[in-house]
Amino acid sequence: MAGSAPFEPETPREVATQLAGTGYLADQTTALIAFLAQRLGKPILVEGPAGVGKTELAKALASSTGRELVRLQCYEGLDEAKALYEWNYRKQLLQIQADGTGESAGDSSGLERIFSSEFLLQRPLMQAIASEEPVVLLVDEIDKTDQEFEAMLLELLSDFQITIPEMGRVEARTHPVVVLTSNDSRELTEALKRRCLYLWLDYPEPERELEIVRLHEPSIDESLARRLVEVVAMVRELDLKKPPSIAESIDWARTLLLIGADQIDEQVFRDSLSIIVKHRTDMDTVVAGILPRLGNSPGPGKNGTPAGTR
Amino acid sequence: MTAATPAGEGTVAGRVVAFCGELRAAGLAVGTSETRDALGALESIGWESRTDFREALATTLAKSQRDREVFDLVFERFFFRTAEGSALDNRELLETELEPALSDELRDAIGFDDLGRAVAEAIESGDRGQMAELGRLAIELFRTEGEPSGVVGVDLQRIRRGLGLRASDDRDGTGLPSSGIREFEEMVREELNRRQIARQGKLPPSKPMLELNRALPTQGARDLAEVRRAVVRMKRRLATLGQEQRGSRRTGTIDLRRTMRASLETGGVPLRLGYRPKRPRKPEIFVLCDVSTSVSSSSTFFLSVLHALHDSFRRLRSFVFVERISEVTHLFEEEREFPRISERISAEGGVVDVSGYTDYGRVWLEFLEGVAPDLGPRSNVIVLGDARTNGRPPATDAFAQVASAAGKIFWLNPEPRPYWNYGDSVMSAYLPSLDGAYECWKTEHLEQFVDLIASGRASPTGPGR
Repeated sequence: MAGSAPFEPETPREVATQLAGTGYLADQTTALIAFLAQRLGKPILVEGPAGVGKTELAKALASSTGRELVRLQCYEGLDEAKALYEWNYRKQLLQIQADGTGESAGDSSGLERIFSSEFLLQRPLMQAIASEEPVVLLVDEIDKTDQEFEAMLLELLSDFQITIPEMGRVEARTHPVVVLTSNDSRELTEALKRRCLYLWLDYPEPERELEIVRLHEPSIDESLARRLVEVVAMVRELDLKKPPSIAESIDWARTLLLIGADQIDEQVFRDSLSIIVKHRTDMDTVVAGILPRLGNSPGPGKNGTPAGTR
Repeated sequence: MTAATPAGEGTVAGRVVAFCGELRAAGLAVGTSETRDALGALESIGWESRTDFREALATTLAKSQRDREVFDLVFERFFFRTAEGSALDNRELLETELEPALSDELRDAIGFDDLGRAVAEAIESGDRGQMAELGRLAIELFRTEGEPSGVVGVDLQRIRRGLGLRASDDRDGTGLPSSGIREFEEMVREELNRRQIARQGKLPPSKPMLELNRALPTQGARDLAEVRRAVVRMKRRLATLGQEQRGSRRTGTIDLRRTMRASLETGGVPLRLGYRPKRPRKPEIFVLCDVSTSVSSSSTFFLSVLHALHDSFRRLRSFVFVERISEVTHLFEEEREFPRISERISAEGGVVDVSGYTDYGRVWLEFLEGVAPDLGPRSNVIVLGDARTNGRPPATDAFAQVASAAGKIFWLNPEPRPYWNYGDSVMSAYLPSLDGAYECWKTEHLEQFVDLIASGRASPTGPGR
């Protein structure tokens, strides 16, 4: 049923390798589900805390399979006109006025004409369906929309088609890979979940995060990166408003390189704290919870002088 | 039960269908389409990896984090039983396994002490294969020491004592990591289970999932994390529920000015209608929370809920009570961290007078006198408490007056419904005045209630859901 994608992976491992090629290190489960999504032609519903790479997964899927990424960012109040298609009223009006000067009998054909694809403004979902080339469709933060919108998506997700009352059905020419992301801020409807493969992304294991950090900042010293990942994991364990995301770990690594730190001691930690923690109250919590544990660590290069100048 | 050749197409499908049945029995919404997806997924993957097999089933059958937890439990149980069931069908294979693996003299040569040391080494090095081997050895050895009791738990207990394994939280700090010990015991337990099934020639009855697994936490700081997670979930839901309403403008009344303004673009033809934005009415909420000892575990829970509510509703006033009532709204406004709030409430609340027992009657009288004048038809009153008056008068009249002054009044009771009105609980005295009374001993109950309140659909139609 699907048009042949540029690369059709044979095993989950191949998907993992492809994703890794674009800088996205997927774990076994993620690779498996990405593989199944392409095989079965089903959308993936990705849930998990903010900043674990849900959106990034869609981007990586797109670039690893050589498909274009069509992105629909959801927000409350998003409706069909913004997501699917809209008639180009102005153009239609102009057309009517242009026809109207003739005042001929070709009335109905004129009407037919202004409801053709020429007067249609394609929005992301329509784009994904109508595209000649197979695409990756990312519906970001689906939980921000209302339930009516979800219901509208159902036709698209199960049959990959859209019905436009004035024109009829538009069917997908190619089979898009669909990724829906949700921050779990409200329960999605059963009907939507039923049509999707479910993937829960959590913060990565320290080992994997270490790989990710080193992939993005190859020049960082291994023992420093390991320490960084450990500290970030400790910070995530605290009860914070906004735990640091993977992107922030990478930013922190970059910062440490910039300020030339070769270990994470109290001073360095205090200086660069704002990179990973972004709330006043969180900062207090982190300072109280982490600083005491920094000192007596088996950290690399612990040389007599405690906090202070490097 | 059919003979299981793992590659047999028909039997695999049969197994998956049976597995889906078990999931459904455990409360997951697994329909035919999910089952089909699961089979489709299994066809697309190789079978060499256990993780792949499990994840392929999980992604098609368990569609939320909570479902996933149930899935994992059922998966372990179901496929353990399946493997054992098919082993029972191959009796001759079983007989050889039941033969004692050790010769008698060898068995005499090894004592529990030696074995204990070997097990400790294996745990220390984390060698799972070795641990499983030694576990089987321990069971063998144990058979000579005394007859198996036939109850797995008891046997396991005896083996544990015989081997003398110690966890590292002992004083001298020389013990083993407790996670390793647990892993080893899990292996022994599984092996004991297997042997018992082999001996009796039939599978133990499958136990239904306990409702308890998802009950509200009753004790311990460990459960607080679970509470916090539930509250965070709720908070996010509260935040979006209002917005959902704001988003759906299509049903609003037409705003003439907006419509005219929009029509200018199209030469005066009103193609796009402007609607008057619908502003969801923020309800005014009064929450009264019982913080006495009879509900102390749930009052921690309720207090953190109050905390969450304060972030979401600006017009919220909170009260805590035991013998007397005290307003704590300002505490929630001054402090943002939950632990500090509960500290200050116990320090400055001033709700305990003499005895420390809840006095609902006095609370209503005080509330009626002090706060009721502020109540109006748009105010919602929510009472969190067990309605146990310790034999004191319930002051039903005062409560009825409070109820008539308020627009809506709800009661959340941390005890399951069957316990209401037993002992000193006077729930029935208050029921006639209430717009709704709900049991609230599972986090789900609370989430449902919050959904009702936040969506403005709160109705007096009782606890149906």
